[in-house]
Amino acid sequence: MTRPAATLLKLDAAAAHRDCFVRLQNVDKVYAGRGGGLKAVDNVSLDLHDGEFLAIVGPSGCGKSTLMMMVAGLSPVSAGEITIRAQNVTGPYTDVGVVFQRDALLEWRTVLDNVLLQIDVRRLRRADYEKAAYTLLERVGLAGFEKSYPWELSGGMRQRVSLCRALIHNPSLLLMDEPFGALDALTREQMNLDLQKIWIDTRKTMLFITHSIWEAIFLADHVIVMTPRPGRIAAVIKIDLPRPRRLAVRETAQFGHYAAMVREQFQAFGLLKES
Amino acid sequence: MHSPTANVPETVPWVARVSMYAYPTATALLIFAVWEAVTRAGWVSSLILPAPSIIIATSFENLPLLLQMSGTTAAEFLLGFALSVAIGLPLGALVVYARPIELAIYPLLVAFQTLPKAAVAPIFIVWLGTGITSKVLIAFSIAFFPIVIDTVVGLRSAQPETIHLVRSMGGSALQVFWYVRFPNALPAIFAGLKVASTLAVVGAIVGEFVSSDRGLGYLVLVANGELKTPLVFACVLILTILGIVFYFLVEQLEKFVVRWHVSSRQVEAVGTY
Repeated sequence: MTRPAATLLKLDAAAAHRDCFVRLQNVDKVYAGRGGGLKAVDNVSLDLHDGEFLAIVGPSGCGKSTLMMMVAGLSPVSAGEITIRAQNVTGPYTDVGVVFQRDALLEWRTVLDNVLLQIDVRRLRRADYEKAAYTLLERVGLAGFEKSYPWELSGGMRQRVSLCRALIHNPSLLLMDEPFGALDALTREQMNLDLQKIWIDTRKTMLFITHSIWEAIFLADHVIVMTPRPGRIAAVIKIDLPRPRRLAVRETAQFGHYAAMVREQFQAFGLLKES
Repeated sequence: MHSPTANVPETVPWVARVSMYAYPTATALLIFAVWEAVTRAGWVSSLILPAPSIIIATSFENLPLLLQMSGTTAAEFLLGFALSVAIGLPLGALVVYARPIELAIYPLLVAFQTLPKAAVAPIFIVWLGTGITSKVLIAFSIAFFPIVIDTVVGLRSAQPETIHLVRSMGGSALQVFWYVRFPNALPAIFAGLKVASTLAVVGAIVGEFVSSDRGLGYLVLVANGELKTPLVFACVLILTILGIVFYFLVEQLEKFVVRWHVSSRQVEAVGTY
């Protein structure tokens, strides 16, 4: 058994490639409040390349959701700079599909209409996308539920709908904020497999936020480990596992090695204590 | 794939449907039976409490008069309600969207609400005369407050993620309102409309009590003055029916407009049977 060629490196902004899709440079986020405010994100620099699957893993409240909101242009940076395709992000970036932990489905719209919300808001022609919506829904196992309302679906099914909504307009960037965090373990594994399949087929640039170590390693090309608040990048781990990855990959020594690397970071922050 | 809709009955079972009406009807009948028996037995004078049968008979005898008076009162509370909606909804939206407006008028609104309208009613009569306009305005002044408050609550209750989502699609503030905030506020708005529908009726009667020459409230005063207690009760009966019908209509509209909402899902509601 050879030792996996994993590298643990501190990210150096200057050494990063120039041809990246999303770039964060020395990004801070401070929420105004008593005593000079609350620093949520501290000096984060990272590059996200075309077609890369980047997972950010960190403890609750480490600012990883804030980071995503800033990349989406939904929340301004307090300091530093975020660029997408060398353009400064100053407002909502729209060539994007977003999935939140809560599915954010509109209860008054059917499954199909929820997917097509993306099309309605963008003032595109519904007729051009309806077939694609049916295909997407079928692909995630929701054929026959097009006319159902969200309340008729289980949590996993609802999150699948929001996944379809994030994909229907074929965006170049996907932002996912703990999309499977509210699902039961079994559904979550299935969703991970489904997401991997979709990603292998489409190779969309992905920023995936999670607090699950194994979910991050299972899905990503690179895993960024963040510190507790204020969120800093503690480590960037390159995941060298062939795709498609099967669930059993978790039992391999290589996977265990990656998991240990993340866990060691968490232990170093004092987040995990084994007395 | 497992279908969660498959195990849920499509229609409400007939037992549930019947008991929905049977229980309140039985209660009402029991009350009326006791009422009838007590008055027939001569325990209470018909001047104080006429028997239900006498009230119904009086209602039929005076039907043309009662219908004419109902028309006036209905016009008053319907117009008052319509005015409440026409002003309450936009005002609620303004409070949510314009911080200066919220600061400028929200505290005054609350202060105005704590003001007893019945006490102010005579002023409305002085300003606007004894005609229908003053009654409409009194009905409006009582009914519009819950509409404003519930509109504000409803518009503010949108899940932040849904708003972020529409903005990430390039949606404008108007689109966020149209696709998310407004539909999301409808259940709350209808709660306000239902309360307002009953308050508008109260407002119209208060106005008629203060000064009027027609309407059911006016007839109540006249009949009471002439010690025609059965006619007073007949007015109350008709007024009750008017109020219930109006409330029912608003509720039917609600069921149609927000049939997606938890409160409209009968299928779930009867799950306890």
